[in-house]
Amino acid sequence: MKEPLIRIVKRDMSPIPHKILVRAIAIILALVVDALFIYFVTGLNPFSVYVVMFNGTFGNQMRILWALRDMVTLLGIGIALAPAFKMKFWNIGAEGQVLIGGLATALVMTYCGNTFSTPVLFILMVASAIIAGGVWGLIPAIFKSKWGTNETLFTLMMNYIAISFTSAATNYMRGQASSLGKLNMGTKAGWMPKVFGQAFNVNIIVVFALMVVMFIYLTYSKHGYEITVVGESENTALYAGINVTKVRIRTMIISGAICGLVGFLLVSGRDQTISTNTAGGNGFTAIIVAWLAKFNPFYMALIAALLTFLSKGAAEIASTYALNDFAADILTGIILFFILGSEFFINYKLIFRHKEVRG
Amino acid sequence: MKKALAIALAAFMLVGISAVPAKVSAADTDLKIGVILVGDETEGYTAAHMEGIKSAAEELGFPADNIMWKYKVEENSDCYDAAVDLYSSGCSLIIANSYGHQTYLDQAAEDFSDCTFVSMTGDFAAISGKENLKNAFTKVYESRYVSGIVAGMKLKELVESGELTEEKVPEAFDADGNIRIGYVGAFPYAEVVSGYTAFYLGVKSVVENVVMEVKYTNSWFNIDAEAATAEALVANGCVIIGQHADSTGAPAACERLLKNGKICYSVGYNVDMLETAPTAALTSATNNWSVYYKYLIGAFMNGEEIATDWAEGYEQDAVAITKLGDSCAEGTQEAVDAAIAAIKDGSLNVFDTETFTVGGEKVDSALIDMTFYDYSTGTPTVIYQGGEEEAITDGYFSESSLRSAPYFALRIDGITEDAE
Repeated sequence: MKEPLIRIVKRDMSPIPHKILVRAIAIILALVVDALFIYFVTGLNPFSVYVVMFNGTFGNQMRILWALRDMVTLLGIGIALAPAFKMKFWNIGAEGQVLIGGLATALVMTYCGNTFSTPVLFILMVASAIIAGGVWGLIPAIFKSKWGTNETLFTLMMNYIAISFTSAATNYMRGQASSLGKLNMGTKAGWMPKVFGQAFNVNIIVVFALMVVMFIYLTYSKHGYEITVVGESENTALYAGINVTKVRIRTMIISGAICGLVGFLLVSGRDQTISTNTAGGNGFTAIIVAWLAKFNPFYMALIAALLTFLSKGAAEIASTYALNDFAADILTGIILFFILGSEFFINYKLIFRHKEVRG
Repeated sequence: MKKALAIALAAFMLVGISAVPAKVSAADTDLKIGVILVGDETEGYTAAHMEGIKSAAEELGFPADNIMWKYKVEENSDCYDAAVDLYSSGCSLIIANSYGHQTYLDQAAEDFSDCTFVSMTGDFAAISGKENLKNAFTKVYESRYVSGIVAGMKLKELVESGELTEEKVPEAFDADGNIRIGYVGAFPYAEVVSGYTAFYLGVKSVVENVVMEVKYTNSWFNIDAEAATAEALVANGCVIIGQHADSTGAPAACERLLKNGKICYSVGYNVDMLETAPTAALTSATNNWSVYYKYLIGAFMNGEEIATDWAEGYEQDAVAITKLGDSCAEGTQEAVDAAIAAIKDGSLNVFDTETFTVGGEKVDSALIDMTFYDYSTGTPTVIYQGGEEEAITDGYFSESSLRSAPYFALRIDGITEDAE
């Protein structure tokens, strides 16, 4: 039998230096391909474009802070997705879970803003956001457990329901105005208090705290262990006496609730308003964050930082050179493609035929 | 593997070396201007603003490299983010071109007191108590009035030539023998009401027996809805279709119907519609934003005080109508020139109370509530308290003088608005 030219063999465990090397090569190659694209398609100097890209995040102090703010949004949702993904429950519904949490927050802010004192109002806002997000996560989990529905499609479709709810609510709330604008502009009720000069600093603190808690939860708690077992094999879980339905429902409530909490942070801490763009696609991008980091919350922070850096850089390139947004997106898309592709070389190795012959 | 990498690296370096060096900006000023746009150059309204800013900067010698642009910024918290980013990049004048940007600009103005924020078409700068928040609008109702005269001249021609009579086209006349015209409006706001009333009065100044039907699309830009609304108006018998919506939907529909033998002509907005509707388009009412931007950037460069509310019209050529179409009646240009001259010398006021009635009565008083409300809780809550001011002075409704944004919201006789 003729041996194939290339055989793909799974690696057991790559050593850390190898992982770093593969990723570094991937990034260099991505920059090379980007440079070719920049030079031949846009006619610009790739090096100055890279400088602009770098400045998108590090151009000034405010931008660093703003990048951090956007990074924690992504990280917060990634953290929410981690337990569900680790359980092999494909929660594609983070976007909707975040949005419905944000909507609950916005409704409480608007309609109870003048009724309750600030602490009570905040407790209500957080509670409603967590419950709304939790319910949005719970519904697909129940359907999956009872009737075996496909959770990928189910959670995906829940997004559109949340978007429609938000769209209807904002349309109603804007009243005679052409757009909703800031909520409670007059009273600032429900606006996150400023900490160290910025309201969103609270978001940063909360998300970093969540990151640590989630790491402990997944790594050291009994729940975390159950999630891992259910994810590896449901039959093993059953054999070990783990109630799969219970774990699944519990984990999805947690996943949805954290998304809801992120929705609260976005509405109260970042935007002080709600729109269908509040989640802004972060619910989908966070899927990449969770996956690339293999559900490790600390790695997620790194990945979220990288993705934020890329998107800020792309926006800066687009605005500096008056390029179409799409051109800048191609640049970040290429980088992302190489980084995702490098995972293949970390997990598998290629064995060429001639090597085997010699061996 | 190593070989491939080496080749790739070599290619990378080669590209780097051979590439042209970055252009060194020859700026003779440190001042920077940030611009937040709701669309980009492909959208008429935004394109007009971009053009205005660019031509003003060029004329004043303000370096183009010192203007930073943010395109397609939606009317949500993205606007605040864009403002912060521009501020942090060194801009000390930030302009946003859409009304819905105003509340976000307001917050930025509060956070960054050493930067001036201009909310184009906004309405609450004066009552917000912030010295660094400004509003500006053109007196576009003047050019709408003049575009109404163009439509009126066409109606007159149609009637006098015997083409438009009650016998031939019965649906174009109401029970009292008035000729029907139509108007595609975006939203039932004062800005639109002011515009369509001016247009109607312009038509009426030429042809006395005319009634107008207004239909709303509830969108500033929706090509399909605007076309469908124009078609519905024509089906109701309207022979002229004016518009306060940003697409070419209505003129295109008129052109199509005109070719099918209907009598219907279009008066557009913002841009020349002759390309879309070579025979149906008569003219369009437009803004000449460069007049304001020249004032604004000039004052900014010289460190002068910028007006909180700026509103200018024909007097400073801040508004205009586009080139008259081939279908325009003879004598239109003369009538237009006469009206513009009269507006300029102050002898013609668009909202002269002698020319319209409300509920059959002449209007002597119109109190305008300047307060800015928040409607989100269902009951209007005051955000910025403004006074109630009398808009009728010296026998006319004085539009855009109490503040730059329009506030003429009287529903005058002869115009019917279609409820949803």
